Amino acid sequence: MTATDLSTPVPAIAAPGNHATSARRVRSRGWRLVGYVALVLAAAGLLLPFFWMVVTSLKTNNDVFTIPITWLPDPVVWRNYLDIWQRSDMTTWLRNTLLLAVIVTFLQVLTGSFAAYGFARVRFPGRNLLFLAYVGTIAVPWQSYMIPQFILMSKLHLSNTLWSIVAIQAFGAIGVFLMKQFYETIPEELSEAARVDGLSEFGIYRRIILPLSRPALASLALLTFTTTWNDYLGPLIYLRSPELRTIQLGLNTFISQYNAEYALIMTGSVLSVLPVAVIFLLGQRYFVEGVASTGLKG
Amino acid sequence: MATLPRTRPRNRRLVSRNTVAGWSFILPNFLGFAVLTLLPVVVLFYVAFTNWNVFGVAEWTGTANFRRMWDDASFWTALRNTVYYAVFHIPLTLAAALGLALLLNRKLRGVRFFRTVAFFPYITSIVAIAVVWNQLFSPEYGPINALLGAVGVDDPPGWTASSTWSMPAVIIVGTWRYMGYYMLLFLAGLQTIPAQLYEAAETDGASPWQRFVHVTLPGLRTTTFFVTVLLTIESFKVFDLILVMTGGGPGQSTLVLSQYIYQKGFEENQFGYASAVSIVLFAICFGITVIQFWVNKRRNS
Repeated sequence: MTATDLSTPVPAIAAPGNHATSARRVRSRGWRLVGYVALVLAAAGLLLPFFWMVVTSLKTNNDVFTIPITWLPDPVVWRNYLDIWQRSDMTTWLRNTLLLAVIVTFLQVLTGSFAAYGFARVRFPGRNLLFLAYVGTIAVPWQSYMIPQFILMSKLHLSNTLWSIVAIQAFGAIGVFLMKQFYETIPEELSEAARVDGLSEFGIYRRIILPLSRPALASLALLTFTTTWNDYLGPLIYLRSPELRTIQLGLNTFISQYNAEYALIMTGSVLSVLPVAVIFLLGQRYFVEGVASTGLKG
Repeated sequence: MATLPRTRPRNRRLVSRNTVAGWSFILPNFLGFAVLTLLPVVVLFYVAFTNWNVFGVAEWTGTANFRRMWDDASFWTALRNTVYYAVFHIPLTLAAALGLALLLNRKLRGVRFFRTVAFFPYITSIVAIAVVWNQLFSPEYGPINALLGAVGVDDPPGWTASSTWSMPAVIIVGTWRYMGYYMLLFLAGLQTIPAQLYEAAETDGASPWQRFVHVTLPGLRTTTFFVTVLLTIESFKVFDLILVMTGGGPGQSTLVLSQYIYQKGFEENQFGYASAVSIVLFAICFGITVIQFWVNKRRNS
């Protein structure tokens, strides 16, 4: 706690001279400038790959790698965005992915918020131990138990069906953490008053807590949707039939099939990123709040 | 004294009612969680001691898988590469995320826009990211080497085509992808540091660097701890990025533990042996987290 030590000594001379303030102002202006330069450079570095992706998706294949590099497409080949639908099963991939993402999000939000209420608001023996099991899995990467999970799923005859992805994504611990974190900020008195009025625990959850937690539910829904949309490893292991492919899996097979079609590959990439990008830009606030609260769980 | 016998049974009834209520809330999620996460973790410790294969016929083989692993050069390569990735990815991402967060915590124009930009790589799928970066890294015609050439680097690296440079390339992309995510966590942490502390430090004549060391860093201790834990696990489980970007190559230069598990399990159907390797991954992630928690607790007390 060095931080508090700093605030104890009382400054001997409180008023600095005029000279010092102007010097400080010049220096702070200098720092601002450095800040802006750093900001612009970092933004450029972060955005360059996306810029390349979009620009390349509109080039002819021969224009992708040129010396010197052409940073703008000339001519602009909008055709790529028509061709990709004919040369790949984009429609199937997008349909599968959308279906999965919607089902998973629905189940995750439902079961996650429900379980979180149990953890946050109902006191019963064994609760903390149970929660510890959830917390403990943060330290256990999926990669370390994907083999036995696959064996179990095969025994349940779920592998190579879309249900396998629903099963592995819908019951994650993240929903429980995020919602529990939020419920704990709702004053207990609200539930207490409802309890006195004779509302059951389920009634309190349904009528009082759920309507209040719309922002947290939105965060969870957006994060889950994005994760499911972007998941590559789950589909890679579980979905073997071509007609079950998700967008990530499909895009990757497309890349290995047409590995020299640089422009078209980028067209596919843009299409695979676009839905998530739009959702992110619309619901940015919820993303940021969701990440900030799940990342800092105590 | 007189009320005691009366409250006891009512209390017990309350406890049992709460237990039923609590469990019924948790059950739908817990069922899925138990079957798909907890059970596999338990089963892992059985399968690793068998020669489980694609037919599901398993014999107990004791420590045979682990003895085989000890002499398996590919396993050690995978482990070494994973540590290589972690040793660079953790500090680089930590520094970049903290730097960005400090930058964004100041009152500059365009901060909101930048926060969006920084988070964007994190929500973009691995496949798209890997394929774009592979084009950027293209040794002969790619923009990165063109840029290096323009700066005066005569012999630019071969990146993903070279066994020396493939891992640095992967580390760069990994850092680029995750720094925005951890930046958000740091930003949230920075906002919990009271402004008075900075004002007090400033009136004491503390330089920006001194303020950083004596106010910012101590104030961020909890955040830094969590970020380090998350980053460590994330680094050791690295898989999809490498699988799509380099496929572990060239040669075995970017082969990591998770990918080795995948190869042995899903490509060669040696579920028993793959589970033994999984236990190593499990032990590393779990062990490091426990140690980090323990160190953090000791430092706090």
